[in-house]
Amino acid sequence: MHSQWEVVIGLEIHSQLSTHSKIFSGAATAYGAEPNTQACAVDLGLPGVLPVLNQDAVRKAVTFGLAIDAEIAPYSVFARKNYFYPDLPKGYQISQFELPIVGNGHLDIEVDDETKRIGITRAHLEEDAGKSLHEDFQGLTGIDLNRAGTPLLEIVSEPDMRSAKEAVAYMRKLHELVRYLEICDGNMQEGSFRCDANVSVRPKGQAEFGTRTEIKNINSFKFVEKAINYEIERHIDVLEGGGKIVQETRLYDANKDETRSMRSKEEANDYRYFPDPDLLPVFIDPALKDELRSLLPELPEAKKQRFIHQYGQDNESATTLTSSRELADFYEQVVSLAGCEARLATNWMTGDVLGALNKAGLEISESPVSPERLAGLLKRIADNTISGKTAKQVFTLMWGSQDHADSIIEREGLVQMTDTGAIEAIIDAVIAANPVAVEQFQAGKEKALGALVGQIMKQTQGKANPADVNKLLIGKLKP
Amino acid sequence: MHNLSLTQLAAGLRSKQFSSLELTQSFLNRINSYQQLNAYVTVSSELALQQAEAADRRLASGDATPLTGIPLAQKDIFCTQGIKTSCGSKMLDNFIAPYNATVIDHFNQAGAVMLGKLNMDEFAMGSSNETSFYGPSLNPWATDCVPGGSSGGSAVAVAARLAAAATGTDTGGSIRQPAAHCGITGLKPTYGRVSRYGMIAYASSLDQGGPMARSAEDAALLMQVMAGFDSKDSTSVDQSVPDYSASLNDSLQGLKIGLPKEFFSSDLDSRMASTLLAAVDEYRKLGAEVVEVSMPTLALAIPAYYVIASAECSSNLSRFDGVRFGYRCHSPADLTDLYTRSRGEGFGSEVKRRILMGTYALSAGYYDAYYLKAQQVRRLISEDFKRALNEVDVLMGPVTPSPAFKIGEKTGDPVQMYLSDIYTIAINLAGLPALALPAGFIDDKPVGLQVIGNYFSEAKLLNIGHRYQQVTDWHLQQPHGFE
Repeated sequence: MHSQWEVVIGLEIHSQLSTHSKIFSGAATAYGAEPNTQACAVDLGLPGVLPVLNQDAVRKAVTFGLAIDAEIAPYSVFARKNYFYPDLPKGYQISQFELPIVGNGHLDIEVDDETKRIGITRAHLEEDAGKSLHEDFQGLTGIDLNRAGTPLLEIVSEPDMRSAKEAVAYMRKLHELVRYLEICDGNMQEGSFRCDANVSVRPKGQAEFGTRTEIKNINSFKFVEKAINYEIERHIDVLEGGGKIVQETRLYDANKDETRSMRSKEEANDYRYFPDPDLLPVFIDPALKDELRSLLPELPEAKKQRFIHQYGQDNESATTLTSSRELADFYEQVVSLAGCEARLATNWMTGDVLGALNKAGLEISESPVSPERLAGLLKRIADNTISGKTAKQVFTLMWGSQDHADSIIEREGLVQMTDTGAIEAIIDAVIAANPVAVEQFQAGKEKALGALVGQIMKQTQGKANPADVNKLLIGKLKP
Repeated sequence: MHNLSLTQLAAGLRSKQFSSLELTQSFLNRINSYQQLNAYVTVSSELALQQAEAADRRLASGDATPLTGIPLAQKDIFCTQGIKTSCGSKMLDNFIAPYNATVIDHFNQAGAVMLGKLNMDEFAMGSSNETSFYGPSLNPWATDCVPGGSSGGSAVAVAARLAAAATGTDTGGSIRQPAAHCGITGLKPTYGRVSRYGMIAYASSLDQGGPMARSAEDAALLMQVMAGFDSKDSTSVDQSVPDYSASLNDSLQGLKIGLPKEFFSSDLDSRMASTLLAAVDEYRKLGAEVVEVSMPTLALAIPAYYVIASAECSSNLSRFDGVRFGYRCHSPADLTDLYTRSRGEGFGSEVKRRILMGTYALSAGYYDAYYLKAQQVRRLISEDFKRALNEVDVLMGPVTPSPAFKIGEKTGDPVQMYLSDIYTIAINLAGLPALALPAGFIDDKPVGLQVIGNYFSEAKLLNIGHRYQQVTDWHLQQPHGFE
């Protein structure tokens, strides 16, 4: 479309670490409490209070670094980022500046069946600010400091992405990873995972980057894609119109689907970073690294490859079924409990189960049908008690109840006919009643067979195995 | 009884010569009688009397500590739950902390009585007590003179017997300099020895709380309660606390004292020099060996200090923004107005000067030339001390360039004021402990001797102070009119 332009995107992702208490105080981090009920003296920045580093936040940051194959800094330093804002209680944010805890790493993404490696420059620990509330205060601003001091891991990518699609793929992959590692709940509505996007364009073939703009605080995959695409169009329009891009921070307005200027580089704060004298440098013992490495779960990519080999899945199914740890665990439980062919479980999971969950807007963890009950159903398909078609009917009944497949099959009388004599009797009757169709089939019109099978299935109330019926019928018609 | 030492007071309480309630009431009466010294920002009489009654019960039950029932006073920089903590500033004139500083908790656990909160330079920035929002405290030895600062109220309260002992904090000399000017004993501990939690920060990497008392022996008893690791202060050091009183009488035979020649250069007033050298002679008599040492980087201490301390303070004092606590200007028009007027009206001029200097030193383009350079100088100074303290056990020198100066004498010239800490500041940059001891008088005003030791050598310093006080009586002198 804009073939003469190349897009350059880098993302900064703020991932809220799922620690029980805040990064520098003992206050709880739970979301949704009454305003200012989860802010202690340290979070309020009262005079004389001091920060104490939450070691769990350190462990989670190191875990992340190990998972992206990054350098873990043996020595990292907290710095103060100084600026005034009402929801920033101390007048500075404790962050890391020159010496972050996680150095160079990378993450592989897949776009249009191609794998691409995205560099991660760094990831550093910092505290979140509070929230300013502009509604319900008659022209005044309310401040809720519950979020102040919540631990964040800011993950900064290299400017390696070349389209909004790649940016979203990277963000999704990172989202999947932090949830796999159980270091972040990934809840985007609650702001646990949010994104700043740096966007620039340059004429294809040019080595230097174009002037970039930064879109702040985008909190959904959809908006990231839209905001970046809007910004790309805007850059190209400006440049093609002979104008210049101003380096600035912009906000994405989802309602209008546009970005607008927040502040320019000239208005940007001088944050006067300097090492925080209240906190000691963080030393990472090699033993801690080893311990955390040994605790790393199987990572998404490794799990996907295993699913392909172990369960004979195609790339697409494996990608789907390893997209979250919960889903992958659910699948593996079903396979192991059902003891059936893995392919049957794969088809049911990627088809009926995920379809029903999507339709109901539920996560796998909220599935009304447990792995045990699903396995119970698959067992009956595998041992031919019911047909695949009947199974769908049973699944629907299971979805709306707590009943097991076996009791539904029995109650509804859905056991598949295995009495060949009885099926043959019905087949004979149908052949006798449909001489025209029989004649057509025998004359080479294969389609006529379908009508006969349909009638037989109808008379067996669907309990016969369609494959068996097919075989028996053909045997009778083709002497 | 206000003239008794802490040990004597503890004995008197145990032998029921007087109760803590009587003792406390007697100090409260003295505070009331000598209000003109302006030593206290807040007198917490009601709390003090309650604590005294509780102490009397504890004494009777037999589980008292050496400080149980002893009336002390706290520098108004330590947060005290329910009692105003002003830090000497209009900014916090309305601030009542909902928590205690760790040091305060320790004194409460020991059963000490808190008479009140002591005057100080605003946010501990000052060397004369003149930057206090509440006006300067007056030196009882010469009431037209400053008591020194920033812990001026503490020094005055101890010197005029308005408290049995007191706490101070020392960022660049704020315990030692007023102790010297008021003829009392003050110990600035090793950085990390005393918890900074709840102690309102001026310059976090330099601030350290410590005891201000009439003698090294009394200081040891306070230090015992103040020192120790605190999980709430990441910079506090997890090292066991020795028994500071146990080694007070250790022999000084063979003690190696270094006199930095930079301390005794021609810049030092000759009467100061002879007073201090006489004190050093006492140590020779006690068996010490005295050698000259050289510390060439000392001259860099003042500029390095004012960059680092100001940089840290510019950030530490950002929280005083009129939003959540402290002073807020009247009917702010908007957010910028709220910030600028609350801070403009709430802070005094010395605090503003240091915030401006610090902001400048940390600004983009200046950081390397100022802040980083100052940190490099700081390392050099530490190495200088390390080298010197490898050769000798302790260093001795002046605390101040002169005895207490007149109120108003240096307020118009900040650099002259800053130079009054020229002998104390380097010690904070190095994080070392140092003791100020009364060592004589010039024109009837006290002169202090500074003893600088290696890291965590507080017990040794107190021992060195105590032995000197066994053979001299400078620390027993009292200002006229406050007996």
